Amino acid sequence: MLAAIAFYVLAAIAVVSAIAVIAARNPVHSVLFLILTFFTSAGLFVLLGAEFLAMLLVVVYVGAVAVLFLFVVMMLDVDFAELKQGFLSYMPIGLIIAAALLAELALVGSAAMSTNGAPIAVAPQGQSEITNAEAIGLVLYTDYLLVFQMAGLVLLVAMIGAIVLTLRHRPGVKKQDIAAQVGRKRSEGVELKDIRPGQGLG
Amino acid sequence: MFEIGLSHYLFVAAALFTIGVFGIFVNRKNVIIILMSIELVLLSVNINLVAFSAYLQNLEGQIFAMMVLTVAAAEAAVGLAILVTYFRNRGNIAVEDINQMRG
Repeated sequence: MLAAIAFYVLAAIAVVSAIAVIAARNPVHSVLFLILTFFTSAGLFVLLGAEFLAMLLVVVYVGAVAVLFLFVVMMLDVDFAELKQGFLSYMPIGLIIAAALLAELALVGSAAMSTNGAPIAVAPQGQSEITNAEAIGLVLYTDYLLVFQMAGLVLLVAMIGAIVLTLRHRPGVKKQDIAAQVGRKRSEGVELKDIRPGQGLG
Repeated sequence: MFEIGLSHYLFVAAALFTIGVFGIFVNRKNVIIILMSIELVLLSVNINLVAFSAYLQNLEGQIFAMMVLTVAAAEAAVGLAILVTYFRNRGNIAVEDINQMRG
C-alpha cells in the first residue's frame, strides 16, 4: 500500500517535471526540472530494488550531467526567447506523433499485462542476504568484465573528444613553453666578450 | 490498483519516452533542450531495463542500464562540447542554421 502510494507520487512527479523540461521558457529551469526528473526516477529505481543504480543515477546525472548542462546554459550568451519561436508551429505534428507513439507503447504495455494475467508485483531481488550492489558487483566483474572495460573506454574517448573539441589556442597569449626553455643551448644565451682593461664594452 | 506491477513501470517509461520525442519535435530550434529530451528518452529506456530486471529477477538488465548510463553521459559531454565549439564559431545555436555540411 505504501509502496503503491510512493510509486504513484514518484511517477506523477517524474512525468510532470519531464513535461516542464520541454515546456519551460528558461533553459535553466529546464535543467532544474531535468534534475527533478532524474531524482524521482532514482526513487522509482529504489522501489524496484535497484538501489545501486539509483545512487548511480543521482551521482552521474544530478552530480555530473546536469551540472554540465547548467554550465553550458549559463555560459552561452543566447537569446533563448528567440529560440522558443517555433514552439506552436511544430506543436500539431509533434502531438500527432507523440499520440501515436504513446498509443503504441501503451498497447504493448497492456498486452504484456493481459498475457501475464494479473499484474505481477515487481519485487526486489529475492536473495536477501546479499545487497543489490554486491550482487551487481558479483556479475559485473566476472561475466561482464569486458563490457565494463569497454564502458571505461567509451568514457575515456568521450573525455578526450570533449577536451579536443573545446581546446582553443589563442594567438597573442603569453604562455610558458617548457620544451623551449629546457631545450635552450648555451650558444643562444651566453656570449663571451673579450674586454680590454679600461675600455669597457664599446 | 494498489498492486504495482511491471506494466505500471512500463507506462511511466512510455510516458517519459513520448515526452522526450515530443520535446525533440517542439523545440526544433534549441539544441540544449533537444539534448535534454534525448536524456529523457534514455532515462525511460533505463526505467524499462530496470523494471524488467526486477520482474525477471535477473541482474543483466541492471548491468545493461549501467552501460546505457555510461553512453548517455558520454553523449551529453561530447554533444555539449560540440555545442560550445559551434557557438564560438557562429555566435548562435539555432539548429536551422546548421546546414553547412549539406552537399
